[in-house]
Amino acid sequence: MSEQQLFKVTIDNITIEVPAGTTILNAARKIGGDVAPPAMCYYSKLEGSGGKCRTCLVEVSKGSEKDPRPMPKLVASCRTTVMDGMEVKNITSEKVIDARAGVVEFLLLNHPLDCPICDQAGECHLQDLSYEHGKEGTRYEFQRRTFKKHDLGPYIQLHMTRCILCYRCVFTADQLTKKREHGVLDRGDHAEIATFIEKSLDNDFIGNVIDVCPVGALTDKTFRFKNRVWFLKPVDAHRDCPTCSGKVTLWNRGDEVFRVTARKDEWGEVENTEDGKPGWICNTCRFEKKKTSDWVIEGPRMINRHSVISQGHYAGKIGMHKPTETFEAVNDGRKPQLLMDIHSVSEVNKPEVQLSLIDGPAHSQVFNQNKD
Amino acid sequence: MQALTNRSQGVSRKPMSFMERLYIPAILKGMAITFSHIFKKKPTIRYPEQKRPFSPVFRGLHVLNRDEEGRERCTACGLCAVACPAEAITMEAAERLPNEEHLYREEKYAAKYEINMLRCIFCGLCEEACPKDAIYLSETFAPANYTRKGFVYGKEELLIPDPKTNPEGYAAAKGSK
Repeated sequence: MSEQQLFKVTIDNITIEVPAGTTILNAARKIGGDVAPPAMCYYSKLEGSGGKCRTCLVEVSKGSEKDPRPMPKLVASCRTTVMDGMEVKNITSEKVIDARAGVVEFLLLNHPLDCPICDQAGECHLQDLSYEHGKEGTRYEFQRRTFKKHDLGPYIQLHMTRCILCYRCVFTADQLTKKREHGVLDRGDHAEIATFIEKSLDNDFIGNVIDVCPVGALTDKTFRFKNRVWFLKPVDAHRDCPTCSGKVTLWNRGDEVFRVTARKDEWGEVENTEDGKPGWICNTCRFEKKKTSDWVIEGPRMINRHSVISQGHYAGKIGMHKPTETFEAVNDGRKPQLLMDIHSVSEVNKPEVQLSLIDGPAHSQVFNQNKD
Repeated sequence: MQALTNRSQGVSRKPMSFMERLYIPAILKGMAITFSHIFKKKPTIRYPEQKRPFSPVFRGLHVLNRDEEGRERCTACGLCAVACPAEAITMEAAERLPNEEHLYREEKYAAKYEINMLRCIFCGLCEEACPKDAIYLSETFAPANYTRKGFVYGKEELLIPDPKTNPEGYAAAKGSK
């Protein structure tokens, strides 16, 4: 690899040298920031992904040093490799911005926009994409495509209506597990992700399809409707897991572990562990270890400041440990005479209702049985 | 010291004139002003019986809205709670069961919904954040209470009456909005 040729490529007037064979998208990600085109289907850890969603379209204004003609159409940057002296326009090109707005409109054609219900809201790539690149309205006048809710095994909920057919989950199942049991059935408007004859997916790593899903089509059933991501506190933790790396992000509320996910980098992809392999996590870690005592807490997870998830959270160690009670210290050792126990007043967050420990979403019985 | 405005007047130390020393004319003058007020229009109203109309932008006690069929609109999306600058709103969501479709509009609903009225500053940001038109601030005040407990409003207090079984109560709670 040492004699590998370095190509000079200019993206949005920023020049960078990358090895030959790098895609424009990855070169732009090396620069980082706004220069990197958004990607809904491309996932660097999955072989063969990309080229489907067309959100990463860029304009190539100069093909290469030897052939300086511009490319006739916008190209998908996740599938186009760089050439020496290539000049690419991403956010500096009117054409790209316009095309991207069109792509977003297409992606949202059949999307139900049920973000208030969807568990992915707040960390949804389609939500971010439409806020950043989309237009306000749609010109679609027909009934949206609908599907029934679907269970993929005991832990994964599939909402086909929200799916944008990025194929990431299919690649994940194909590449992480020995036997793939789900795929895309039918064609065109009817295409849907499904298991073959309702076969449940029971593989140790199948839970990773939840992490790779850019929208809320595949969601964690053990977390379903329990809380919103922006009320949870992401914490890095690890455990000694025989099947996977055991390095995860816990999504806590107080001491309750509501959700376990893999650690994600700034592109929303699974982070590499120290040995350079993607840090996929196994189903046991993801779905069954919902107690703080199962984990060794490392520290708070850094979340982009502009994300809704970091709303009301503080950087650093604040919020990691309970503040010390100062009342007695300042009051000559006397205890407060009147203290209101919030549980005597509030119905929310009752200590006897442990939402994080029940298997699926809460139903009315969960709340009603504790009423009497 | 230099005066800030030219409106201040120095205290007059002049001895009083004969008319001023009589006092009676000054008393009569004051009484005349007092009596004249009896015939003027009263600026006050008899409050509990009479009430003034609220301004259209008045922000009072919260109401959790229902749709025309009496189903709860709230889906516990948490946007009101995240928008709330006073962190007064808390909720717990649950999934709708197949036999509860007449109760809740969407697949997910707020099983518990609480607003701490001691914390609330009635800014109306929850109303603005709500994507489902589920919460709005009505034209009533939060009533007084003897204990703090009484100010934590749950769903029983917040939910608007069912428009099907109790249309008058629904219209009264909805107000002019």
